[in-house]
Parts: sequence; C-alpha cells; structure tokens
Amino acid sequence: MIEGDSAGARRGQTGGHAEARTLAGMLWEEHVVASLDSDTDLLAIDRLLLHERTGGVALKSLDEAGRQVLAPGQVFATMDHIVDTFPGRSDKTLMPTGTAFLTAMREGAHKHGITLFDLHDPRQGIVHVISPEQGIVLPGVTLVCPDSHTCTQGAFGALAWGIGSTEAEHALATMTLRADRPRDMRITIDGVLGRGVTAKDLALQIISRLGSGGAKGYIVEFAGSAVRGLDMEARMTLCNMATELAAFGAIIAPDETTFAYLQGRPFAPAGAQWDAALADWRSLSSDEHAAFAVEHRFDAADVAPMISWGTSPQHAIPLNATVPTAEALRGSVGQADYDRALAYMALAPDMSLLGLPIDAAFIGSCTNSRISDLRRAAAILEGHHVSPGLRAICVPGSTQVKAAAEAEGLDRIFRDAGFEWREAGCSMCFFAGGESFGAKQRVVSSTNRNFESRQGPGTRTHLASPETVAASAIAGRIADPRFIESEDE
Amino acid sequence: MTPLVALEAIAVPLMRDNVDTDAIIPSREMKSVSKTGLADGLFAGWRYVAPGSRTLDPAFVLNDPKFADARILISGANFGCGSSREHAVWALAEYGFRVVVAPSFSPIFRANCVRNGIAPIALPEDAVQQLAAAAERGERVAADLGSLTIRTGAASFTFTMEDEARTMLMEGLDAIELTLKRREEIAGFRQADAARRPWVYLRKTTDSV
Repeated sequence: MIEGDSAGARRGQTGGHAEARTLAGMLWEEHVVASLDSDTDLLAIDRLLLHERTGGVALKSLDEAGRQVLAPGQVFATMDHIVDTFPGRSDKTLMPTGTAFLTAMREGAHKHGITLFDLHDPRQGIVHVISPEQGIVLPGVTLVCPDSHTCTQGAFGALAWGIGSTEAEHALATMTLRADRPRDMRITIDGVLGRGVTAKDLALQIISRLGSGGAKGYIVEFAGSAVRGLDMEARMTLCNMATELAAFGAIIAPDETTFAYLQGRPFAPAGAQWDAALADWRSLSSDEHAAFAVEHRFDAADVAPMISWGTSPQHAIPLNATVPTAEALRGSVGQADYDRALAYMALAPDMSLLGLPIDAAFIGSCTNSRISDLRRAAAILEGHHVSPGLRAICVPGSTQVKAAAEAEGLDRIFRDAGFEWREAGCSMCFFAGGESFGAKQRVVSSTNRNFESRQGPGTRTHLASPETVAASAIAGRIADPRFIESEDE
Repeated sequence: MTPLVALEAIAVPLMRDNVDTDAIIPSREMKSVSKTGLADGLFAGWRYVAPGSRTLDPAFVLNDPKFADARILISGANFGCGSSREHAVWALAEYGFRVVVAPSFSPIFRANCVRNGIAPIALPEDAVQQLAAAAERGERVAADLGSLTIRTGAASFTFTMEDEARTMLMEGLDAIELTLKRREEIAGFRQADAARRPWVYLRKTTDSV
C-alpha cells in the first residue's frame, strides 16, 4: 500500500480490474493484518468498548497473565449494565455484589489509563448510546465490545460486532482479533414508513419474517430509500436488533446524515483531520455490482406497528393481528417450543393482543432510549396519565439524553403521566439480581429481548416501540399508538 | 487450556430451539468479578424449583440421575443466542461439558466456546435428533475432532469446523499468546494505517504504539 493513495483509488473504484466489493467486505480487507487460514484473518481493531459487567473481569485476567493494554487511547469504558438507575444512586447497587463490578471496572480503567465514563460523569450511559454521542464510533472503523448489541453502531458505517470477555482481553492486549469472515447479506427496504410506524416495528417485522437464526453467519447491510430516510437514532434502532437475527453484525453506508451527526462530537476528528476523514468516508459504500450471498427486500409501506407475543423476538406480529396458530408457524417454530412460549406468556392461539391488560410499561435500553425515542413517547403521554396501579418506568439511555430531555421539559411530561424518571443505564432491560417486574407480570417494553425471565423470573415481556409502550401504559392494556387522542386535536 | 481431541461420554438432550445465554446462566447468577464459581448457576431458571433456590427440579433433564455424568450437551437450533456473556460458556465448562451439539449456534457463543475449550459441533437437524434419541436411551456419544466425526452405536455423522477453531481446541492453544507472536506485524500495520487514517489512532501518553 502506497502512502497517500486517495481513498477512492485505494478502494478500487477507478479501475475495472478490482473485484466489486461490499462495504463490509472492503472494511474487512482494509483491516487484515495477516491471513491466518482460508477462513480466519487477524483483524486490526480500531475501537474497544468495555462496561462494568465484563470489563473488570477482562482487565483482571489480563493482569494475571502479565499482559499490557496496547493502546489505551482507543479503549473506552462505561458503567451501564449493573449500576442502579435510581435518583441519587451510588456505588451501592440493589443487585447484591454489584459494587464489586463497579469497583473492578474503575480500578482496571485507572490502572491502564482507559477513559472511563464513570457514575457521575455527564458522559455516562449505555455503551451503544454514548459511543455515538461522543463520536467514538466513526465510519470505516472496526469496533468491538463484550456486548451482543454492539451491532447497533454499524449504523455509522462501522464494522461493529459483539464479542466475549476473552476476545476483549485479546483486543486489549493486541488491538486485533482472530475472526472468521462473515458472508454478506443485504436487506433492502424501500418506500416510506407509515404514520406511527418506527424503525423498531421495521426491525421486529424483519425478524418475524427471517427468524431468530435468519442472518446467522452474515453481516447484514441495510439499504434502500426507507433506510436512507431514517435519522441516525432510528438507524441505530434498526441495526441494534440485527443480533436477534443471529447476525455477525449490521452496517449502513454512511451518508450526509451520518456526517452531520458526527461533526463536532468530542472524539470525532476536527479541523483538517475532519476534512481528510470526510473525504475517506465518502467512498464508503458497497460497489454497484457487489455480490451479496443473500438478498431480502421489504416495502416500508407494508410495515405496521408490531408487538411480540412469545419468548423470542421472532415471535412478533402486527399489533392488530392475532396470536398465530402452530400451523401458521410450521417450519419456523416447533410445536414444543410454541406450546412452551404460549404457556409462559399465558396466551392462546388466535387471541388478540390489543386490549390485553398489562401490569407495567418500560421505556429504555440500547434499542430505544435516545432523545428522539423519548420525544415520541412524550408526545403520546402529554396530557394523559398511566392506568391506575400500572408501574411505568422511563430510563434515558445516557446522562446526556436525560439532560437534553429535562431541558425540553420531557421529564415533566413523563412524571406527570405517572412514569418514574430514572438515571441512565441498561436498567430493567434484563434482570441482574436487583430490580425486576416480578413473576407473571405482563410488561410492554421498548427493549430488545422477550426471553423467558429476561426482565425478571417469570416476567412476561412484550416488545414494542416506545410509542406503543406509551399508548399501552395510558390504556392499561396493549394499545395502538395511532389511536390515542392527542391533547391538541 | 486442556486440549480436546476426542471425547466419549454420556450426552444429555436439552431439545429446545433458541436456548439463550440468559437461560444458560441468568444474569443474577453472575455474582462475582470472576470466571469461576458459575457451575451452580448453570440453567438456574430451569434447574431449580424457584429463583434463588438450590432445590433441584426433578422435571429438568440435567437433574435426571442417568445424565449426572454428562459431558456432551445436545440441543436445538440457534443455541447460545442473546447476550454475549462468556459466563454462559464458563458455567458450561465448569459443570463439565466439553462438547455442545446443535443444528446451529449464535456466532458470539460459538467463538466463546472455542476460546474456552468447548467444541461447538453443528449438525443437520435430523442428525441432532438421532443423537438426542440415542442419548435419551442412555447410549454414549463419541466426538472426534481429528476425524471430524461424531457417533453413537451404529450411527456416525461428519461435521465441519474451521481449521483455526479446530487447531485451537485440539492443541489447547491460547489465542492471545499466538497473536502476541505477531507483535511486529501488528505494529507495522498500525504505523502504516495511522498514516492513512490518523483520526482513528487516538493517543494517550500511556500508549505504547
């Protein structure tokens, strides 16, 4: 590679000799340090993100092996998974032994010179919310984190994927990973989403069609006019759910929307470096004739607000549909799994979910906790109150999102509607041993997983958009956000 | 890591699709900043009669005495989906499993297995069903990474595995150690790449490259 090559020439767009490549394929190739065998490459890692659930374990293990962190400047850490989200929180957590995780993360970060967004840092929050906020994720980078929802950050045209703790140690010590090259899938979504239909609904519809293993071994490029029309936060929501397809990762080619979002962010390049970066990023897209091993197409106009009925994200239906029969699902869901899911959720075939009484409502998580999510939910909640006796919680994705929401008065709308207004973190997206919704409690949730006991032992989770969560909280039943009366109308 | 070349053992069939890592080890069972002490939390939501309890639920297959010494786990499609928590693999390993057989695995879970000496063996659905039926009858299952075969009684199935994963498992290699041998190559790459994409290489005074 000759230094000073222009990005376009480097990416082979000028000559007719280079093979047409996908965006993911070209980023992969540009990061190969060494080819280890026909399937596996040693890949350079540009960004490593840690959190207190596994960051402390990884750093401790690294210490025990006597290894160093190669490039602390390219590593960032936050407190999100275990930390409490109650107002006035401290290192003490409702989760027994949680403090040890916070302490280990903090000590490890300080010892190794890793930037940590600690408990009372205004930059703290869910890793996949704060990395974009801070301009840590950038187009064209490889980014890994010991968290399965790392695919969220592919929304920026980055090669971003979730890893385990041992892999995190590997990246800490070498800024590389030994990785098997994924195959390429493209999901093209054209058209325009209908009123009240969001990226979350789109993601749930795609998963319900392709199944929870539908993208196993693939990196999914989301393309098409509907995707181009999404803002960055909606793109993140879409990419976030790709792990529920068992995808290696998700990616969206960066465009002016991406660049506008990143410009001026604290860790994004500035000045002349911004100009150089921008010139490079503008050449980041799949070649016109790039071959994808699998292609799927969706029409945005066909997407309705969605809700999950079972215990896998693929168990999702349009809000106004009925619980599918085992026969309708034959080939995708086995009879025993189907029966188990219905029994756990206390539902029956052909039942309508609209109108089903609920016990709780949750807005938060790396899927749907950004400022635009809170704005849309607040627009529905304004002038209403949640149903009597219903527990409703809103957890902003980051301390910055919380501050922005408060500056706009959104916190007042949530509180007046009867929602708890929390500090930033993953909170009750999963049950860590502290807070839970309780057995047999039916929750409509803006999160990403409706697994058995995910939100607490025996808790029944229905995944939906923040709008649907808000509308259902008001009604005390699963409700369609398109039919909640606005105060102004 | 202990090398894994071949293993003949009792196998336990847990025949459900989409067994997620929250089910393999609930988050509430990951109590210490450690890779050990996790075996008791394995499948805690299914294995015990109530959350937090340690009273075994006799209805759960792992608690069937005939599977007490199982070292091979057989399960359904998309095994290990969900959270990337490596604790799921540490718990399986500590409990004694060295092989998991399923029609498919979540990619992160699969990589975690290889890094911890557990062989993730993917077989077609009907082959998995045959092995599960044999395991249910109490027949032992033999997995061989050398010949890439798994058999029970008269039935034998071949599987595929990437060379890298197979070598790691068979030789019990530490991936970090192997990669550190390429230190100079990595430094060379980073230096050249930093000239091309300087904005990627955020520096702190403690950085060594």
